[in-house]
Amino acid sequence: MKKLAIGLYVAVTVALLGWAFYQAIYAAPDEQTMHEVQRIFYYHVPSAMVAFLFFAISLAGCIGFLAFRRNRPDWAQVSDAWALAGAEVGVVFCTVVLITGPLWGRRAWGIWWTWDARLTTTLVLWLIYVSYLLLRRFAAGPQVQALAAVLGIFGALDVPIVYMSNRWWRTQHPAPVFGGGPDSGIRDPAMLAAFGWNVLAWLAWGVLILALRYHVERQHQKYAVQEALDALEET
Amino acid sequence: MPRALWTHLVKDLRIELRSLDVFVSMLFFSLLVVVLFSIAFDPHGDFSREIAGGVLCVATMFASVSALNQAWAREIRHQVIDAQRMAPTPGAELFLAKVIANFLFVTVVQVILAPIFLIFYNLHIEGQAWLLALVLPLGTWALVGNGIFFAALSIRSRNRELLLSLILFPIFIPALLAMVRATTAILTGDSDPTLWIKLLLGYDIIFTTASLLLFDVVFHAE
Repeated sequence: MKKLAIGLYVAVTVALLGWAFYQAIYAAPDEQTMHEVQRIFYYHVPSAMVAFLFFAISLAGCIGFLAFRRNRPDWAQVSDAWALAGAEVGVVFCTVVLITGPLWGRRAWGIWWTWDARLTTTLVLWLIYVSYLLLRRFAAGPQVQALAAVLGIFGALDVPIVYMSNRWWRTQHPAPVFGGGPDSGIRDPAMLAAFGWNVLAWLAWGVLILALRYHVERQHQKYAVQEALDALEET
Repeated sequence: MPRALWTHLVKDLRIELRSLDVFVSMLFFSLLVVVLFSIAFDPHGDFSREIAGGVLCVATMFASVSALNQAWAREIRHQVIDAQRMAPTPGAELFLAKVIANFLFVTVVQVILAPIFLIFYNLHIEGQAWLLALVLPLGTWALVGNGIFFAALSIRSRNRELLLSLILFPIFIPALLAMVRATTAILTGDSDPTLWIKLLLGYDIIFTTASLLLFDVVFHAE
């Protein structure tokens, strides 16, 4: 039953990805000023949304680990697995954002990169979570979970400061498409549909990968516990 | 002043006064960075004023990493760090003592470096020079505070010296930006550095508070 549900979810996700691809590339109308290159928007923005969501999950996992580690060790392990899975999959989606952004910027602005508030914040966020993953790799042993949780919280504290500091410095990224003022929002219903389908498809795909990574990490934790128990019995 | 903090601070300062290890290596390293940058960029006139702030801040940043790595590595010998863990005093006091000690080392290096820097880059300060006495300590505090915290975090890992830079620099980016912008604004006198000083102050308050609250978790992580 569980396997059937997972298989069904995978099938729906793949179908959604295919449908969203059709919507973004063929169904959505051509944009007036940017033309074809605007279609990268259907991949760039959903990836950014998913990346930020997963970093938020990672932060919740970090806080959860520190809160539960004394009195509820099981919950702490679950939180830690979410923190790691969120950071890893978030970094992958953030990488997609950082690759698609310059591709679009080269055509639309004429430059690959600019140190604007949102670009810099995304890049710094990426750097922080890569350093989080490096810490998990270098600092082996039982204390790594607590250390990583602390670094995760420090990284999250840094993000609003980076954003504010860069807004004061310079900003070139297009104004927010949603909630950016009376003129914002996508007017064309076909464009909105293509955007919505892509958000849904990439979210479904991201959740699938996140769940797989979470599952792997939980198995890893169980093996580690089992190994420790076996070693105790032998001595 | 709490007694544990005072004891740790006096101990660190005394060790440094007797050996001068950290101080000499930091001073020479930052001198090298300043010389290398001035050879690489050939600074003159307005251009040297534009880049001088950045060079000074980055030189301080690289140089402090050597001090920060020493800060806890020194305690590993003779299991001092285990004794400190068992001591019935709050870890926050130990942390604060280390930060103050290393802050003093870096500040002394900056004070010695500043005239050399002015000579090499032919600088003439256009803005209010006294504001530098506010910007540099605030930036140094941000660097040393986070640095001591992350050095404690990476102390038990493989290649800890590399790991410290890898986790410290991304977090330090906004403070570096504010420090560089403020210093450049003061050197060129083109813009008002007040906003950046406020940002540095906010950064210091937020991260010092977070470090004090979370230091025990890191120090006693098992």
